Parts: sequence; C-alpha cells; structure tokens
Amino acid sequence: MSEKTANMKVVEGSYAVAHAVMCCRPDVISAYPITPQTHIVENLSQMVANGELDSEFLTVDSEFSALSVLVGASACGGRSYSSTTSQGLALMYEVLYNVSGMRLPVVMNVANRAMGAPLNIWNDQQDAIGARDVGWIQIYAENVQEAVDATLQAYKIAEDAQIRTPIMVCMDGFILTHVYEPVELLDKEMAREFLPDYQPPAILDPAHPMTFGAFADPSTYTEFRYQQFEAQLKSMEKIELVAREFEETFGRYYGGLLESYFVEDAEIVIITLGSVVGTIKDAIDAMRSEGKKVGLVKVRSYRPFPVQALRKALKNASVIAVVEKDVAIGSEAGLLTDLKAAFYNSNIRTPIIGFAAGLGGRDITVKDISKIVAKAEAARKGIESEFEFLDLRKEIL
Amino acid sequence: MKEIRLHGRGGQGSVTAAEIIAVAAFEDKRFSQAFPAFGVERRGAPVMAFARIADRPIRIRSQVYEPDYIIVQDVTLLDVVDVAGGLKPTGKIIINTDRPKETLKLKTDAEIITIDATKIAMEILGRPIVNTTMLGAFCGASREVGLESLNKAISERFKGELGKKNLLAIKTAYERVS
Repeated sequence: MSEKTANMKVVEGSYAVAHAVMCCRPDVISAYPITPQTHIVENLSQMVANGELDSEFLTVDSEFSALSVLVGASACGGRSYSSTTSQGLALMYEVLYNVSGMRLPVVMNVANRAMGAPLNIWNDQQDAIGARDVGWIQIYAENVQEAVDATLQAYKIAEDAQIRTPIMVCMDGFILTHVYEPVELLDKEMAREFLPDYQPPAILDPAHPMTFGAFADPSTYTEFRYQQFEAQLKSMEKIELVAREFEETFGRYYGGLLESYFVEDAEIVIITLGSVVGTIKDAIDAMRSEGKKVGLVKVRSYRPFPVQALRKALKNASVIAVVEKDVAIGSEAGLLTDLKAAFYNSNIRTPIIGFAAGLGGRDITVKDISKIVAKAEAARKGIESEFEFLDLRKEIL
Repeated sequence: MKEIRLHGRGGQGSVTAAEIIAVAAFEDKRFSQAFPAFGVERRGAPVMAFARIADRPIRIRSQVYEPDYIIVQDVTLLDVVDVAGGLKPTGKIIINTDRPKETLKLKTDAEIITIDATKIAMEILGRPIVNTTMLGAFCGASREVGLESLNKAISERFKGELGKKNLLAIKTAYERVS
C-alpha cells in the first residue's frame, strides 16, 4: 500500500481477508471461531448466508474437525479454506501433517496469537513458528493489503501441479485482524482471471476408486517425504513468479520471498516477520535521517526458508539483529536459528544477535527498535548476548 | 501524522468512534488507521481505542503514547485512568462532562475542552450513547477531519432515522465547541 487508488476503502482487516477468500471461491469452508480469528469466519459465514459466496460452510465442534473436514473436501477436488490461531492451530496439529502429506492445497489464514499457558489472547507468532516443520508453506503479511493479496496468491501457488502444498497466510492477530485501514479490496472478476477454478490432478471418486494418504512402509516413506521436501524448495520459484504475475494484474508487489528496505548500504540490518515491519520501517527512516546506516529484511516466506535469497540480501551487513515474536524454549528462537544455519556453510561470518519481542501482545515501539539497533551496534565489537528477551521486566521476576 | 486516543467504557462505542475517524479522514483524501487497545473487553470496563491520520500511508503498528488529541467519553474515568497521560502540550483533550474544566484537576498543559455530550445525546438520541456527539466535538475542536466527511462516514454507519439523529448530534456538538 503506497499509492491511494479509487477502489480503496477503510475496512477492518478481518473483513478484507474474508472478502479476499470470497474472491478465491472456495467450495468448502470449515472453521471453528477463536479470538482473534473470529471476525474472518463470521464475515465468511455472513457472505455465504447472503448468497454472495457459493460455498459449503461447515460449522464443526473443534479445529481438529475443521481441518479434518477439509482433508475430505480437498481430496474430493474442492477448493478448501479454513482459518484459526493459537490453541486452535495446536489442536489441528495432527491433521496439518495429513494435509501436507496428502499434498492437499488447503489455504488457511492464521491470525497469529500467543500460546497458553498462561492463557493469553494477544498477538505473537509462537503458534505458526511452532508449526514450521509440518510441511505447510508459511507466508507472513506486513499489513492488511498484503494479507489480502497473499491469500489470493496462496491458492495459485498451492494448487500448482508441481507444488501441491498447503499454505498458511499468517497475519498478526488483533494488530492486523482488528485494524481499520485503507485497503484495495480484490476485484472478483480480476481474481477469477488470476485464479481459475481448481483442476485437481486426482480426486476421490466412487466411480474411479483411488486411495489417498495410504500406508507407506519403510520401503517408500522416505520417498514421500523427499517429494514433499523437493516441492517446497521448488515453490520458492513459484512464490516469486506468482508475486510478479500478481503485480502485472493488480499492480502491487512486496517481494516474493523477501523484501529488502535500505539494505544495500546498511551496516546494521534487522530481519523480522509480520506487522512489526511497518514500525521498523518508520524507525529506520528516523535513524537514516540521523545518518545511521540501518536496513531491514522482511521475511515473507518463512517456509520454504529462502536460504540463497537471504545470503544474497545480507552479505554486506556488518551486524544482523533478528527480531521475532516467538521463542524456542531450550534453544533460541525460530528465525534466529534458521538464519544462522543458512549462513554456516557460506562465507558470511557476520555477527548475529536475536531478540524475542512482542510476546503475548507486548507492544513493540519505535524506541524499542532504537534499543535493538544500539545493541546491534555494540555487538559489532563483540557479542555479549546472542539471544535475549527484549524489555524483560526483571523487577517482577 | 496526528494521533488520537479515545477513552471510554466497554459498550460506549469508543472503537466505533475510532473507526469513524479513520473512515472520515480517508474521505478527506488522507491516510488513516484505527484500532482498539486489545483487551479483555466487557461492558463498563475502561477501554481505549486509537486512530492515526497522515498524508502518507501509515506503517507504524505500535499503540499511541503521545497523542495529539484525546477524547474522553466518560468523566468517571478520570478517577481510574490517567486519561491525559502523554498528551502533547500542543494537543487538545475533549471531555464529556457537565463540570467546569477547572474542577477536573487534569495533569496537562494542553488545551482542555469540555462538552456535556450526555445531555446532547439524551436530548437528540434519547440514549446516553455519546460517541457520535463526541466526534462532532472532536471535529469542531481539531478540524482534523472535515464535517462533511464525518457526516458521510456516520451516514454509512447509521442508516435512516438513527443516522439523521446522529448527524444532528454531531452538528450540535460541532457548533458548541467551534
């Protein structure tokens, strides 16, 4: 979102995403309401009831059932959609593997939220980062417009015959689901042209019996995993290609796998995911005006993890600060560990420090970003702390 | 960029008011953003909402700590919340009260504007729901959104007779503070 266009409207993030889903014309929607995802599925349910959207909307008893329904729907050849968050995503865990293992192109918006206990309804990204290895592609949105656009792009990527991999489009709960901001809603006809009807390569059909998700013994199981692994790697090209095709049709592009912001000459580079990108961009503009060479890499695709693109984007940095809303208890945090691994066999030896920030909805301010940059600057002379919790309230420990 | 913080109690329409500011500002050909202070809302509990207005797309996602304007829908909040906290000295705070502003003992150097929005709302709407009336006062006191744009945003939100009454409440409050 940079230029104002005639079709822009101020709407709630959840409505905008539900509208995007409508433009994707799913045959089956199955979801269980949970804060802060609720408005997305409420809006979809309303659209179905109004007759604006011709989908089968199944209300179910749990998130486990919601995604299980979609295993059947997708295997029968239906374009399938769900949305969830936090404990809901955790309850889907077993089915997440079934969907990806059966190569079903389900798309799901995850309204990122903290995991309990302690119970917390606010935003962080522990839910999706915790599910990084379940075989789903994960795309993170910076703002509502990106969440809208990524939802349409997701079906095109997921349903590609070479990819056939489910996708989570992650948007920060409350921060993006409940914000009112100017958004260009998708045009239904343009969306139809961009995303034609789903042509499944094989479907469950009693007239032509076939088995999906069958038993695989040690002689074939590895090959199933290998093909999934290869498809995700291959999806990197597709993600980039679809982002460019989207640009041709809709005129918007935010990077395919990554977006770089003032990285070219940056000495200090921050790398992060999701809506905090906006706050960091504002902080960088202020620091740049003071002559500080700070840049930002936004990871749009966290799975597949764009190793080569990251090596290229970050090769000139003299220090890297990873900011993320998750923690890998007993280790560090998802993006930090992945980034270090991406560099280990390259010639990049840039110091990397990591911050767990914004956990359980704690606000991340421009001042917080300045603090991170100051710590990164100090780390150029030697790392004191490889990983820390930002703004830890030591007085209440 | 101008930042606005709204204080109210759950059920008083503070979040709706923030949304209407965003819609009206966009109608004025500016960029805007509105969001609630995400809490465990329940009727009667203190709540906050925020709005931002700028001439460029708004990227920042943090809450508002140093607002240019503060709208207080319920004067009883003054006893429990530091409603003027962080207000820029050049800013304005608009409070729904029938008390003289000298008696409010607000800790701020900014301009204090009082309006008996409850009385206006009771007379025109017949209910003590003051959010739209307070928007009229905000519009008159700040001129950050145009009255016509505000009216348009209100008419989109409240249809028919209710819409008309809300427009009258806005006009009354707007004229009182202008």
